Amino acid sequence: MSDCLTAANTLRTTKITQVITESPSVKTYVFRDMQCAKAKPGQFLMLWIPGVDEIPLSILNATEGGEISVSVKAVGDATQHLHRMTVGATIGIRGPFGNNFTQTHGNILLIGGGTGTAPLLFLAKTLLEQSTENIKLTFIVGARTKNELLFIDQLNNVCQKGRLIPTTNDGTYGRQGVVTEPLTELLNQEQFDAIYTCGPEVMVKKIFEITQTHKQPLQASLERLMRCGIGLCGSCVIGKYRVCKDGPIFNNTQLDEIKNELGISKLSLNGSKTPL
Amino acid sequence: MEGSLRVQLAGLSLDYPGILASGVLGYSAESMQRVIEGGAGAVVTKSVGLHPRDGYVNPTVVQVKSGLINAMGLPNPGIEGYVGEIKHVKGLICQPLIVSVFGYSSEEYAVVAKKAAEAGADALELNVSCPHVKQTGSEIGQNPNLLSEVVRSVKDVVKVPVFVKLSPNVTDIVRLAEAAVNAGADALTAVNTLRAIAIDVETTKPILSNIKGGLSGPAMKNVALRCVYDLREKLPEVSIIGCGGVSNWQDAVEFFLAGANAVQIGTAIAFEGTKVFQTINQGIKNYLEKKQFGSVEEIVGLSHRS
Ligand SMILES: Cc1cc2nc3c(=O)[nH]c(=O)nc-3n(C[C@H](O)[C@H](O)[C@H](O)COP(=O)(O)OP(=O)(O)OC[C@H]3O[C@@H](n4cnc5c(N)ncnc54)[C@H](O)[C@@H]3O)c2cc1C
Ligand SMILES: Cc1cc2nc3c(=O)[nH]c(=O)nc-3n(C[C@H](O)[C@H](O)[C@H](O)COP(=O)(O)O)c2cc1C
Ligand code: FES
Repeated sequence: MSDCLTAANTLRTTKITQVITESPSVKTYVFRDMQCAKAKPGQFLMLWIPGVDEIPLSILNATEGGEISVSVKAVGDATQHLHRMTVGATIGIRGPFGNNFTQTHGNILLIGGGTGTAPLLFLAKTLLEQSTENIKLTFIVGARTKNELLFIDQLNNVCQKGRLIPTTNDGTYGRQGVVTEPLTELLNQEQFDAIYTCGPEVMVKKIFEITQTHKQPLQASLERLMRCGIGLCGSCVIGKYRVCKDGPIFNNTQLDEIKNELGISKLSLNGSKTPL
Repeated sequence: MEGSLRVQLAGLSLDYPGILASGVLGYSAESMQRVIEGGAGAVVTKSVGLHPRDGYVNPTVVQVKSGLINAMGLPNPGIEGYVGEIKHVKGLICQPLIVSVFGYSSEEYAVVAKKAAEAGADALELNVSCPHVKQTGSEIGQNPNLLSEVVRSVKDVVKVPVFVKLSPNVTDIVRLAEAAVNAGADALTAVNTLRAIAIDVETTKPILSNIKGGLSGPAMKNVALRCVYDLREKLPEVSIIGCGGVSNWQDAVEFFLAGANAVQIGTAIAFEGTKVFQTINQGIKNYLEKKQFGSVEEIVGLSHRS
């Protein structure tokens, strides 16, 4: 029974092979890792910045050959530290962890906000790789302003045969406003076989409420404080679920079970419930 | 049939002999309820102190061969912040709730223990053995005089059973156990994690932010088993809860045979899920039937008898 420990959870070190500046506050890091090569869209990894911290990040892309990328927004100590790291720097990786988006075909809607667009881009690419015939993609992507809109070239690419609806709060690119406006318009007109979302939790909560009203199937990716990443320490709990193990992807039924916490509260570092 | 798995523990009656170990999924009421639904006979909460603590920066957990090393740093909301959660769990589960308590002095232990008991704890477990936080845990768990003082000060203020969670990081665990029992401890949990370290060869640095932590999981099982064996040999009457590396029914049975009345399970939950308790319960039941034993209680300490 010594196999009760997992290969995914073994920390391995690797070197950053490429750094891409996506926006003034977001950079993409590329590195090699054979465990994460098996990752499915929606899964995340734990990235160790030696001597600084270890943080959860969604997987932006994983190739069979083992080339992995993650996009990181500088928000605090660890992410700012990572932003100062360059090609050749050593990082540690554990993962892939968590569940993944359930893939389907038909009329598909994806709604991304900020770095939350990363796992959705990975999902869109994977869906198209598997079948281009019976898939119709609509991608709504939102940001505050034009230069914070992420992956716009790649999104245009995956949406060649579908629809891309960018929104900015200030109207500097695409529609002026927030992602929930085009969402409501779409849902008034058509039915979707799957709706996927990831982004700021207030946005996710609104989208959940809208999809509930329209009785449309949603899969939403959530974030909580993470330490172990393997479902043990309890730091990431929301309701009865561990975001790192039972999530990070939750469906309508599960989101409904945790609606008293969704967009409202989270566990702080000391384990007490605090406002989000 | 179910009766064969029932165990008595310092006045508590448990439907099943597997208990959730402290620090694992023990913050929120709903996750403890889920562990009970997974087949646990009781749950122990995350260790709670007098004041809130954020714990250490990540990495706080690192996997090594056959085990994990953790240095969470006792993150907890403080007893005032936790009272609501204790009441909430009590409303959700029928099985015993054991609140784990730590402190920096015997007075602190007593204050926290009293509040936990008033909030509804069915028993308390004194964490005097956390290997990676200074001035609590180990210092107390390694010093028989300090340990007696802590146990006595808690026993003075609560009526519920008091468990003492022993450290394996001592030369003579029996001496510490005797000090605890003489001071009034109702049961012994053996054991907490083993002091350990993990170093990364590429960066040449320790991995955990706290540098050192505690080893858990299969890697420590036979050390914990030996501790239980030694304790049962010298203390034939006291209730003992085996803890360390239990991941299947064979492990649990080994602990019973060594002298444990029940077992606690932590690390295995990460790899087997919360249903690990059910799987183990079934395995124990099959074993008892196959070997024609009437109950778990019948095999407690059996390896000592010739
Ligand atoms: C499943 C998951 C996937 C994520 N994917 C991405 C991603 O693809 N790109 C990206 O830029 N960010 C992502 N994040 C968020 C990212 O982990 C945090 O921004 C990062 O940990 C902040 O660390 P910091 O030290 O820079 O900031 P801090 O100053 O420490 O914290 C800033 C905020 O980040 C959050 N945070 C801090 N530490 C953690 C932690 N250990 N776990 C979770 N959240 C934390 C808290 O909300 C905190 O208020 C993800 C988080 C989760 C849980
Ligand atoms: C992530 C983690 C956190 C822990 N936190 C605590 C704690 O707060 N208090 C405590 O007494 N023991 C704590 N422990 C120790 C466990 O309760 C248990 O004694 C130890 O892990 C051995 O059992 P296991 O091998 O089944 O995990 C923790 C262990 C782990 C892995
Ligand atoms: S991060 Fe530890 S349980 Fe999810």
